[in-house]
Amino acid sequence: MADVARARPVAPSHGPVAWMRANLFNTPSNAIITLVVVAALVWVLPKLFAWAITDAVWEINSAKCRTASGACWGFVAEKYRLMLFGTYPYAEQWRPLVVSIALVAMVVATLNTRLWGRLLWGAWLIALPVLFHLMQGGSIELVMVILAALGGAVIVGLPTSLVMPAGLGALGLLFLYWALSGLLGLPPLPALPGLFSYVETEKWGGLPLTLILATVGIVCSFPLAVLLALGRRSDLPGIKALCIGFIELVRGVPLITVLFMASLMIPLFLPEGVNFDKLLRAQIGITLFSAAYVAEVIRGGLQAIPKGQYEAADALGLSYGYKTAFVVLPQALKLVIPPLVNTFIGLFKDTSLVIIIGLFDFLGSIRLASNDPEWRAFYVEGLVFAGLVYFVFCYAMALYSRNLEKRLNTGHR
Amino acid sequence: MSQEAHAGYRARPRPQRARSFYDKEVQGILWQVVILAIVLGTGYWLFSNMQHNLHVRQIQTGFDFLDREAGYEIGESLIAYSPASTYARALVVGFLNTLHVAVIGVVLATVLGVFIGVGTLSRNWLIAKLTAGYIHFLRNIPVLLQIILWYSILISDRMFPGPRQATPVLGTYLTQRGIYFPVPEPHFSWWLAAIGLLVGIVAAVLTSRWAKARQESTGEQFPTTVALPLIVLATPALFWLVGGASTAMSWPALRGFNLAGGARITPEFTAVLFGLTIYTSAFIGEIVRAGILSVPKGQIEAARAIGLREGLIMRLVTLPQALRVIIPPMTSQFLNLTKNSSLAVAVGYPDLVSAANTTLNQTGQSPEVILIIMIVYLTTSLLTSLFMNWYNKRIALVER
Repeated sequence: MADVARARPVAPSHGPVAWMRANLFNTPSNAIITLVVVAALVWVLPKLFAWAITDAVWEINSAKCRTASGACWGFVAEKYRLMLFGTYPYAEQWRPLVVSIALVAMVVATLNTRLWGRLLWGAWLIALPVLFHLMQGGSIELVMVILAALGGAVIVGLPTSLVMPAGLGALGLLFLYWALSGLLGLPPLPALPGLFSYVETEKWGGLPLTLILATVGIVCSFPLAVLLALGRRSDLPGIKALCIGFIELVRGVPLITVLFMASLMIPLFLPEGVNFDKLLRAQIGITLFSAAYVAEVIRGGLQAIPKGQYEAADALGLSYGYKTAFVVLPQALKLVIPPLVNTFIGLFKDTSLVIIIGLFDFLGSIRLASNDPEWRAFYVEGLVFAGLVYFVFCYAMALYSRNLEKRLNTGHR
Repeated sequence: MSQEAHAGYRARPRPQRARSFYDKEVQGILWQVVILAIVLGTGYWLFSNMQHNLHVRQIQTGFDFLDREAGYEIGESLIAYSPASTYARALVVGFLNTLHVAVIGVVLATVLGVFIGVGTLSRNWLIAKLTAGYIHFLRNIPVLLQIILWYSILISDRMFPGPRQATPVLGTYLTQRGIYFPVPEPHFSWWLAAIGLLVGIVAAVLTSRWAKARQESTGEQFPTTVALPLIVLATPALFWLVGGASTAMSWPALRGFNLAGGARITPEFTAVLFGLTIYTSAFIGEIVRAGILSVPKGQIEAARAIGLREGLIMRLVTLPQALRVIIPPMTSQFLNLTKNSSLAVAVGYPDLVSAANTTLNQTGQSPEVILIIMIVYLTTSLLTSLFMNWYNKRIALVER
């Protein structure tokens, strides 16, 4: 007991000094590392701060920018509409804005499994043609009407056994007529007059284009990806080989070759007289590319379903289709949402590659803006701005995905 | 899994009666025939369209163009190349450039990524926060944007001087046209030194094996931390001395409007290398972090209990176990880096895709050229996966 009384007072266990001692200077080597890092930060941060804030030019004045030692944010202020919306007609830029917001809202809603149901699927069927029309304007094609009508039927709750054959049949007939009219010289089907002025896809650009390419890419690739994932796990050797072949082929080559393939080969693959525009070709390439990656994610989900679930479905005598549609997929797809968000983040970043085949997505619009001789020297500032916007989008999605993962983990295990 | 899931069908004795249309196997064959027919039919339709279109556009087919003169300049090349060389050679030059940046990128990204990953788990608060910020920030910005950003910084006259204005530091010029630095004049002794380096590495590996075997049998330790680097460094130095110890250097110097002599690293190469390395290292850092966290805490506590130092715990206990978790996702990062090196085309680094793109524009033979790129990338991916799978098997846990 006397020893305790004589012992030296213990170091404080809380307060900033104690915290620093525990977290920054707990060993000699750590103390040295801390000092070196602090020294480096003291050297770099003020320079960065001066470049980005204090020495930067914030007004739209390129002459002043040229003499200043800091960043030229005036470039971004002058050209932000061009950077964000590309060459889309200035007065109509609210249309891509609405489309972007709607797409983001739809994606966020779809990630919430509690909202899964005919309301959501119907909403997607209606949203895709409506948003496409809002973006492109011009006349309303019959395909869009059929899709929207299908969505309406799903929402109203007409039985699937009625909606599916009717929808597929109508689309099939339309395709048949389209193919035959080309061969036999029949007149093209009449289109309804639209509500908005026509903006050709060549003029689409900026952040909305990036969002459209990534979102439509992953949404359209989803059905194909489900089939590929099921095919890869199938017992039928022919189908299995086909699916493995496609998935590994696409995953083995860079996206840029897939895009080259899409932009150069699709015109060759199509019969004479049929033409897909550049955007559609890029979208097809991105969709096929994303299908291979999404298929692998879904396969992971399929593998995580306990064997008992398959066996129970077999024991009930369910056919392969019923077993897959009502037992396996509903469970597997819920499991794969977090990794799917990660795939989407990857795709969102990867769509920046379309500038190489000549589309002006967000990154492309930044380059377009800096083509102006007055501002050519300030491309770096434009890129930094683009980098921050990309970061905000991707990081928000990453946080969301991590959040989902946590929620799913507590729910299931 | 699927085999097991369907084991019930497999194990059933074959029915003796005539096959019904609804029999599982009959249905299986039917489905396969239908789907294969659709795929092959579509493929044939596309192919015949393509042949027709190529014929209409009077584009040649076949690989004869590979032997023709390329006629275009390539900025940097690891092998002799001139515009008089063939298209085949141009593609090889591009492929070697791809490998060049990819191999260096993989090595640098791994080293940097391991430091970053270990850093996130550091007990030093500052290091942990900085490295975590590095990972979060850099992996959420497209790699293409990073490459273009590096490139526009490197060639910007606001950041770097032109060759004529640059002042050398130790004979090295940092200019907006790249980095110029002195290199030894080619001499027999340098070739010998290169061989010496290989010999030194082999000798070091053998020494380390011998030292390990000796320690295991006798308990005597060999000072490997001093001896091994010494062997690796001293052997080439010795070879260099034997070869005549040439000290002649080629210094970069201003000649006309540009610098000549020495060696040059182009801003294109640097931009691609920086972009790929930094982007991939953020992913590798996250993988390494997850790998280290996957090692049970008891392992580290046990290692501390038997008195191992922290450095040794990391090297002998944590990392070998973490590697098993790290290697598979690391493989896909290496593959991603190699595939992403195709983005070099955006800043004009003459990689495979860039060479192929020029070839394609000049000859118009897109099907053949795209086929070549795809086969090359697929083969590279496949070889990398095979190597990494072999390595993975080697370090995998041997269950007793």
